[in-house]
Amino acid sequence: MSDIHVVPVKIYVAVFLTLMVLTAITVAVAFVDLGALNNVVMLGIAVAKATLVVLFFMHVKYGTRLVPLVAAGGFFWLLILFGFTLSDYLSRGWLGAGTPWMR
Amino acid sequence: MSSEAMAAERPNYLNATTGLKSWLLTLDHKRIGILYLLGVSAFFVLGGIFAMLIRLELVTPAGDLVQPDAYNRLFTSHGVLMVFFFLIPAIPGVLGNFLIPIMIGTKDLAFPRLNLLSWYLFMAGGTMALGGIIAGGVDTGWTFYTPYSSTYTMTAVIPVGLGVFVNGFSGILTGLNFMVTIHRMRAPGMTWFRLPLFVWSHYATSLIQVLGTPVLAITLVLLVFERAFHIGVFDPTRGGDPVFFQHLFWFYSHPAVYIMILPSMAVISELIAAFARKRIFGYHAVAFASIGIAVLGFLVWGHHMFVSGQSVYAGTAFSLLTMLVAIPSAIKVFNWSFTLYQGSVSFQTPMLYALGFIGLFMIGGLTGVFLGTLGFDVHVHDTYFVVAHFHYVMVGGTIMGYLGGLHYWWPKITGKLYPEFWGKISALLVFVGFNLTFFPQFLLGYMGMPRRYHAYPEEWQVLNVLSSAGASILGLGFVLPVLYFAWSLKKGPLAGRNPWGARGLEWETDSPPPTLNFDEPPVMNHEVYPYADGEPGSTSGMKPASAH
Repeated sequence: MSDIHVVPVKIYVAVFLTLMVLTAITVAVAFVDLGALNNVVMLGIAVAKATLVVLFFMHVKYGTRLVPLVAAGGFFWLLILFGFTLSDYLSRGWLGAGTPWMR
Repeated sequence: MSSEAMAAERPNYLNATTGLKSWLLTLDHKRIGILYLLGVSAFFVLGGIFAMLIRLELVTPAGDLVQPDAYNRLFTSHGVLMVFFFLIPAIPGVLGNFLIPIMIGTKDLAFPRLNLLSWYLFMAGGTMALGGIIAGGVDTGWTFYTPYSSTYTMTAVIPVGLGVFVNGFSGILTGLNFMVTIHRMRAPGMTWFRLPLFVWSHYATSLIQVLGTPVLAITLVLLVFERAFHIGVFDPTRGGDPVFFQHLFWFYSHPAVYIMILPSMAVISELIAAFARKRIFGYHAVAFASIGIAVLGFLVWGHHMFVSGQSVYAGTAFSLLTMLVAIPSAIKVFNWSFTLYQGSVSFQTPMLYALGFIGLFMIGGLTGVFLGTLGFDVHVHDTYFVVAHFHYVMVGGTIMGYLGGLHYWWPKITGKLYPEFWGKISALLVFVGFNLTFFPQFLLGYMGMPRRYHAYPEEWQVLNVLSSAGASILGLGFVLPVLYFAWSLKKGPLAGRNPWGARGLEWETDSPPPTLNFDEPPVMNHEVYPYADGEPGSTSGMKPASAH
């Protein structure tokens, strides 16, 4: 079949090493107090790692156009879940009630 | 040798191989459909027995048949079995499996082994849930709301939750299988807009299964972890929030209603076209309405949470979005009705179910609009009004479609005709019994009778007795098809390829079809539903094999 793509081993190794380096940075950042930035950095690294896994290990980079579309659809649905759930949590306190979670 | 006997002796998927092993290890989508039929029927019977016990308890105002604890277990078992192990898998598992490859002109689903695995996961999940029910039961309601389910109840939440979790993967794999099959395996000439609406609607269902079910799975895992290890996601004393469970649960479980209703709508489109002898009015609109329902269905889950402590601003947004779902649903109902206009309508058993569906789904859908309205929902929240509403959608919608489809394709599946007279009687009993069961519950709910109580004030007894009487009639309506379908297997006349004179690739192959579905790979060289204007309807009912 034409849509099977053989990825050279050195690319897998490079991605794996990058993931390891990013993991090491995540651990290192945990020992440095950046305030609120700690979470931003860690989530940023996590997103970068997930992107590498999806693109290379899951072959989304090499599929037809439908494959990235399906993957993006999945993430878009995750955004719907997060977005509407946050619409509750972020606006609960507007009437002054608040929740244990917010306090 | 008669032509019927010759037709019966041709190799088909039923007689190609024999023995229990040939069924349990089959990769044939049609046989897997039959396996689903047996599985969902077993869970339907169990769920039905629990329902009858509930209705029996509610005949009298006093709680005299079961104790409150047992009653809680009864309605939970009824809900869990019916929702997760009957309503969700029934039509895709049985009819979708059997028909989608034949309708698009291919020999099987894209991943036959995955298909068999889906059935085993379904049975394994069902067995686990049933094990939990037998080993003490669950009393949380089918919704497993925290913090009761995570902290307080002493019942078997973990095995039942894990059973539903395992079953979820069955749905995900089936959805994935259908989507890949529809994308990649259509016969030459079978373009997207020549697909039967049955296939479009199943495609929409598959989208929901693939995108929504993983969220239910992770939610149940979190619940099990919360219960077993007190991780604190749903526990306010550890920084969690019990309402968060409801967000995650309904993100899947509201779209799950559309996993139940879209396949039923899939069936109804086929039945209306076949028994009005017309192409479905506004084919494209009905096809896109299926996708619209699937997408919009993901944006409305907060309407289950108006009184949960959810922000009123989020509640208002969810209320407004809920109204939008009425649009694609109405497109379907109006277009089916327009299809009937100037059609050669004949009232065979499947059509009776289809017409029943339209009426009942409309009541279920419109009361859904009531409940999507914030103020009204606060008034009737957790009352029998809600119970009546979702039974009108799930029983009046899904089961009417399922039974209609089962009758319509029974000759194709088995090669035998069922007795049409008894079919009509059963359709009538189901319709009358259903309305008598659930319409009084709208009134009870409006008057304030709460759901999930085993006793009630005496002034509500008449309506409750009516409801229980209706349930008996409904039960009879469900038993009849079991009897005459069993009879037809032994003694029913042979069906021939196309007993209804209907259009579609499934009617162009043998009944029952050969293992590879078609003797020659089919080519779709015409539009879908090619009924001629003014074509006479099938007023004389099913035609046996000799008539063709």
